[in-house]
Amino acid sequence: MATSAPFPTLSDNGAVVERHWQELNLRRRTYTFIGLALLAMALSGSLWFANETNAGKFFDRLPYFFDFVGDLVPRDGAEIGRAMFDLASPYDDGSLKYNYPEGRMYLTDTIYVPEYVYRMLETLNIAIFSTIFGMFFGFILCFLAARNLMPNPWVRGLVRRLMEILRAFPEVVIAGFFLAILSLGPIPAMIAVSIHTVGALGKLFFEVVENADMRPEEGLRATGGNWIERVWFGMVPQVLPNFMSYALLRLEINVRASTIIGAVGGGGIGEPLRLSIGQAHEAKTLAIIILLFSTIIAVDQFSAWLRRRLVGDQAFQLAQ
Amino acid sequence: MTVNTMMNAAEMEAIAARHPHLIHGSSRKRIRSALIFAGIALYMIYSWWFFSIGQVLTNANWGIAGTYLADWVSYEVRPDIKIAADGAMQVVYPRFSPLGPDARPEWVKIETKTIERTIDAPAATQQALPKSSTFSFMAPKAAVGRSAEAEVKPERSSEEVVSRATISFNSATSVDVVDRTVTATHNGETLLIDLDPGRGVQPKGDLPDWATQKRPGEKITLAFGMTGWADVDVEKVSIHNRFPGWANFIFDTSSPFFNKSFGEVAGLIFAGERLDPARSNLSLAWNNILYNAEWQHLDVWTKLLQTIVMAFVGTLFASIVAFPLCFLAARNITRNGVLNQVTKRFFDFLRSVDMLIWALFFTRAFGPGPLAGMSAIFFTDTGTLGKLYSEALENIDDKQREGVKSVGAAPLAVQRYGVLPQVLPVFASQALYFWESNTRSATIIGAVGAGGIGLKLWEAMRTNSDWENVCYMVILILIVIFIFDSISNLLRSRLIGQKIH
Repeated sequence: MATSAPFPTLSDNGAVVERHWQELNLRRRTYTFIGLALLAMALSGSLWFANETNAGKFFDRLPYFFDFVGDLVPRDGAEIGRAMFDLASPYDDGSLKYNYPEGRMYLTDTIYVPEYVYRMLETLNIAIFSTIFGMFFGFILCFLAARNLMPNPWVRGLVRRLMEILRAFPEVVIAGFFLAILSLGPIPAMIAVSIHTVGALGKLFFEVVENADMRPEEGLRATGGNWIERVWFGMVPQVLPNFMSYALLRLEINVRASTIIGAVGGGGIGEPLRLSIGQAHEAKTLAIIILLFSTIIAVDQFSAWLRRRLVGDQAFQLAQ
Repeated sequence: MTVNTMMNAAEMEAIAARHPHLIHGSSRKRIRSALIFAGIALYMIYSWWFFSIGQVLTNANWGIAGTYLADWVSYEVRPDIKIAADGAMQVVYPRFSPLGPDARPEWVKIETKTIERTIDAPAATQQALPKSSTFSFMAPKAAVGRSAEAEVKPERSSEEVVSRATISFNSATSVDVVDRTVTATHNGETLLIDLDPGRGVQPKGDLPDWATQKRPGEKITLAFGMTGWADVDVEKVSIHNRFPGWANFIFDTSSPFFNKSFGEVAGLIFAGERLDPARSNLSLAWNNILYNAEWQHLDVWTKLLQTIVMAFVGTLFASIVAFPLCFLAARNITRNGVLNQVTKRFFDFLRSVDMLIWALFFTRAFGPGPLAGMSAIFFTDTGTLGKLYSEALENIDDKQREGVKSVGAAPLAVQRYGVLPQVLPVFASQALYFWESNTRSATIIGAVGAGGIGLKLWEAMRTNSDWENVCYMVILILIVIFIFDSISNLLRSRLIGQKIH
């Protein structure tokens, strides 16, 4: 900063502006300070409440924070591979900890799919199926919810409220309800994730439609096209890449969601993961985590690559 | 210069002939989209087979689904009419009946008479009356409902017993039990059923649509639709009368305020004598509401607050930690390729190890409770927010930064005045968005033990009979989500300066 020149005095008008600016600045700072103080109060209150209602207290349990690392050390490195591919373990003592070959899913007499690979495929299939299902119904609903295509505010409002409810309704409740009816298996998880996906994708889709270029649609209207023709030929071609991109983003989220739903009884890899962490089966836990981790990364990378091809570099925001 | 932009048909065809690819599109593209759709269709068929969806859906117990759904918004009262071997009857309510221990509902009409009974030794009675042995030797606690005063004396005694019981479900439906004969009326049709200890349950005439009997002599089930159903057996007629609404939502049956009108309760609270000398009626009432045994209001509210707190603290900490790290990850801010890559891969790692895995680990570390869920959200979202923040940083306009740099500002001042004003609204908006969406995911990870309302929901669903509690919690969750949705939308639209959905 140059300090050699004397500070020029302000003219009267300049002084007024300067004073106003100072006042504004002071007010803004006060608001910022009040906001931060409120945030700090809410935070400390929350932390106190969380600590009070937790089973173990934070500072009592802190020394055990990294205990889970200890739960992840198998007897030797090859155990992870054995757990992942259901090979017999030399430590097998008949307990659940080392009974890897028991999970084999035999296709023929000799060829088998390892249990965790099969479970992972199940989770992945739940995610893909519900993404396609959600995309299909989201696609149908979104045109009814977009302001530029559906002039009737009642239909629009109804469809939007429906999508909001589908989105906000806790997945775990849908899964639990269908578990009670359909008994154990992956289908309750599929229904739960699908229903949520319809709401989430429908909302993203109708926002895309509302921001679309209306000129093709006007052209079709001028030539006398009916509603379905206008939507199909005027709207769908320009929004489809964005729809696909959002559906792929949703797929990433659904892989994670179906794992979680699986952990509460909905089939897939979630349940063996919960059990093996709970029972401290190191090799099994690590095998599942590695499978899950690599699947999630693979799906994320594949989706990012496809989205880049579909809509270019714009498509990198995450949506949930 | 004027150009006639109107074309005649010949000109249009000429253009179409010159540029056929514009009009018809490439055949490759068409084949590709057809292939994609075929692929998707094939995949759906494959999934149908892989999960054997059709089979599961047909084997499902859809009848019970209706009952479970009805349980969300209604409740059943289940009096049993027990018929002893000598024909004496008794109306018994289950122990946790929503009507409380001393129920005399108007829809159950009872006529009584006094009879002389001879009761020998207890063992002999049990042999003679296997199902109705509780009749004479009932524990005082089980003697609920409008039962006769049973005397525990193994000798001759005179008792008052029920001679006729009439249950009116609604104006068109009723069940009348007298002298081992059940008269069921539903929508104008009447069914007479004889309860013969020797021959079993014998209907007189054909069974109407609403009555089913699997084998002759076995029990008959009368289904009256939404208003309830009844099981008719030789020794017992079980009534299930369904009422809309939630039973005992405010005061449970053990509360002194139970079954009192709003006016009575208000009168007691503001002017009544103290029911419990130790404290005022207001605090007693409040305490009774909080510890309502059926609805567990205090517990539900605590768990809901835990869920909210988990999402709030988790997201806040995540954005606080992600904030400095994202400057290291952005390649236009920190010009060090190794450092960028290390930070970015660290974010990817946190994000890709699923929230579920973190939740399970931290449940082991902290024990079940909100600390585990909070940490899980914190770890996952540090990765997600870090990634988003560093992408926002990499997309900033460089001109402002150069301007600040050109007047000779220190590196920190360049970030503060050249970069932060551009990205701070985006950062805050992203954090708000994740706060809102984490409120939703916190419900789910709660179900694996990471604190919050998730576990409570899951436990309520597991019993398959507390669906009204599930409904209550779902409504609370939906309210919270909609409120937070609106707050977050409002704040974000003010930050970014336009309406974001």
